[in-house]
Amino acid sequence: MNTHTPGTPVLSAQGLQRTFGAVVAAADVNIDIQSGERLCLIGSNGAGKTTFVNMITGYLKPSAGRILLAGEDITQRSPREITHRGVARSFQIPQLYLQLTVLDNMLAALHANRGSRHFFSAAHDPQSVAASREILRRFGLENLADRLVRELPGGVRKLLDIAMALTGQPRLLLLDEPTSGVSADEKFSTMDTVIQAIESGPEQVSVIFVEHDMDIVRRYATRVVAFYSGRVIADGQAESVITDPQVQQHVTGLSSQPLGAHA
Amino acid sequence: MPTPYFPPLSAARLLSTAVLGFVLLMVFGYLAPKWMISLATLALANGLVSLGILIMMRSGVVPFGQGLVFAAGGYAAALAFKYFGVRDALLLCMLGGMTGLLVAAPFAPLLARYRGIFFAMLSLSLSMVLYGILMKTDALGGSDGFNVSRPTLLGMTAPEQRPEMLLWGVTAFFTCVLATLVRLYCNSSRGLLSLSVRENELRVEYLGSSVVNIVAWNYVMAAFLGGVGGVLSVLALGHIEPNFAYWTTSGEFVFVAILAGQHSVLAVLASSFVLELVRSFSSAYFPNTWQFALGLFLLLVIRFLPEGLGSLMHWRQKSARH
Amino acid sequence: MNLLLTILFDGITYASWLFVVALGLTLVFGVLKILNIAHGSFYAVGAYAGASLVGWVLSMKVSPALGVVALVMAAVGVAALVAPLTERGLLRMFYGRDEVLLVLVTYALFLMLEDVMKMIWGVNPYYVSDTYQAFGNIELGGLSYVGYDILLIGVAVVCGLITWWVLNHTRKGKIVTAVIHSPEVASSMGVKVSRIYTGAFTAGVFLAAVGGALTAPMISVQPGLSVGVIITSFAVVIIGGLGSIEGAAIGALVVGLARAASVHIWPPAELFSIYVVMATILVFKPEGLFQRTQARKI
Repeated sequence: MNTHTPGTPVLSAQGLQRTFGAVVAAADVNIDIQSGERLCLIGSNGAGKTTFVNMITGYLKPSAGRILLAGEDITQRSPREITHRGVARSFQIPQLYLQLTVLDNMLAALHANRGSRHFFSAAHDPQSVAASREILRRFGLENLADRLVRELPGGVRKLLDIAMALTGQPRLLLLDEPTSGVSADEKFSTMDTVIQAIESGPEQVSVIFVEHDMDIVRRYATRVVAFYSGRVIADGQAESVITDPQVQQHVTGLSSQPLGAHA
Repeated sequence: MPTPYFPPLSAARLLSTAVLGFVLLMVFGYLAPKWMISLATLALANGLVSLGILIMMRSGVVPFGQGLVFAAGGYAAALAFKYFGVRDALLLCMLGGMTGLLVAAPFAPLLARYRGIFFAMLSLSLSMVLYGILMKTDALGGSDGFNVSRPTLLGMTAPEQRPEMLLWGVTAFFTCVLATLVRLYCNSSRGLLSLSVRENELRVEYLGSSVVNIVAWNYVMAAFLGGVGGVLSVLALGHIEPNFAYWTTSGEFVFVAILAGQHSVLAVLASSFVLELVRSFSSAYFPNTWQFALGLFLLLVIRFLPEGLGSLMHWRQKSARH
Repeated sequence: MNLLLTILFDGITYASWLFVVALGLTLVFGVLKILNIAHGSFYAVGAYAGASLVGWVLSMKVSPALGVVALVMAAVGVAALVAPLTERGLLRMFYGRDEVLLVLVTYALFLMLEDVMKMIWGVNPYYVSDTYQAFGNIELGGLSYVGYDILLIGVAVVCGLITWWVLNHTRKGKIVTAVIHSPEVASSMGVKVSRIYTGAFTAGVFLAAVGGALTAPMISVQPGLSVGVIITSFAVVIIGGLGSIEGAAIGALVVGLARAASVHIWPPAELFSIYVVMATILVFKPEGLFQRTQARKI
């Protein structure tokens, strides 16, 4: 499933354009993501990050440009087709099945991904259950498998949300603000769990994540892309992008010093 | 709080339960008096329609117009009986089921895009269109409908002493088979996907499955069940009329489904039986209060047992497991 | 030409009482977000109460024309008695629950009211046709129009105008509009939302009851009245748009004219034509002709 020729970027966005009336959501966006990268998108609200994510997942079509997934043009493909080709995403506000158990959430995700055509194949077949439990174990959630999601706290829900996205063994995972809503002292441990869980899987997964917290960005991103007004204004190593004067002006609005230090 | 999925049963266990159920029903048939059998036949026939509603409710929509497929199936069988000499009960049931399915299928992708009240109203309006057509079409019997007599089974006619047993046997058979299939479906991966549609459609789409596809197929399956229920009702009553498609008929199917809840196939059949029992006894003794009793009962269930009577069974199961 | 006028008048007459009833239904939905199946039951209660009161009044040798006053008073009585009881005693227990669940609660209420009416008024029909004939006929262009029918049209127009004026030009009405848009915001501004709910529900019940009461002289009041009214008024508000006054008017006109046209031109269509329109609207413009609510559709 996750085969691609080495050297081909996992994702290649070329010359993406998109406007909504007078608002420029994407203007000449060019980004190549190599396999195994952890790319972070930064930018203030409305800068174009969400538009980019929506275009990659197929929910928005660019007015110009193309998107290649492991060399294949997916620009005009439907969201479901793109999902089946190995693109998954998690959500800023966890999108879960509250009245079902944690295990059932995972199984539901697994079966949704498979696009089960059979009307009578069991939901709880041993192979699917084992695969789901394995992913839960990687996230440290295996003890909660039989708990109802609606009884669980937000931090667990965030992890489950991401775990569900991994059930389809995607090659590209989009994390939408994975630490938003997580308390400050738990951000690092949450992110550690997430990254470790992703990377301990059998296949290599490339990650794009959207973040506002620069500490997280510094620590976990192998590469950072900064957006402003639909354009990419910086693309490179975390530290150099964050200290870039344009980025400081339009994105962080702060000096590049870590939290706690004062100018 | 009961979990919304049925505990997984092995195929062997499910099959043996179905066979046992059929045997028990047949024994009941031999032991019970004639009026009880007639009542139970109607109860199971109507229960099948409500079983279809259960499937739909598990994907988050409540159809208020199952009278459409109930009447479609019933009329198809009744017409085949009267004008084409089709007498075999099994054949008639399959015919009715397929008719219900074919009538519903063109509307399924459309209906599957609606939710809440709008789904209910669109479903309702379709059934009322059929009602309106049936009322005014004299070739189909008009507002009076028409009669059918006793069906046969695989060439055999109904036994002289207990004629109702033939239909009871067919009803018990279809009930056991279809109830088992529904249970299997609810335990299946598509059944789980249906639940997830009810919980969070957005996520289902993002995970790669089509919500419309899931809901549409549920509607089609419910239509087949409704059609079979319609045929069995016609044969049990010996009569068909446009009222089969009227909104109050559809309402009763929903009533039973809500009463039973989404957690138990048996509860649906039992609730249908309760409704028929109440209706039958009350018509004889309390003709002007049985609707009041049913309405009150429904209110109490909605208020205090919102997961339906079936959830009571799961309370016991759950405490037994933990 | 005569046929056209007949259809027009028949349609508008039918639309009149239907509009009054649908107005109540759409008002209750707009404010309380409840699609009340029992609304047709309140219509029937109004018809029964009206028939009883008129029967009693006329037994005192009063002019049958005054029976109209009795009918309206009966509707007021029904609303005052039944509405607060229903809203506060029953519906309130289910606020915040799923919208379809509330519909089922009203369905249970409908079932109960069917028998309550039988218990109070028995199963035999009531006739109060004297009042219907009390207003004579008007001859116009070779056709004869019943005076009562014209009165009914007038009542419908008045009801519509009053409702529209109250909602748009009075302080109370603006508060109600605020509650329609957002009960939470209104509540945080100090509005007693629960009182608005009770008030709106009472107005809705009154409209249903007065629709029933004023129709009573035209029909035989007997068990089973509510069933047809329920489904027809639902068709009206779906066609017109849930929560919209103009929608109720246009919806009633569409249904009334469709029915009248069917009856006079092609009777087989009489019953299903309305539901074909209802289904068509749901398919192509599910919010109805005058959008107020967003149709829940994906």
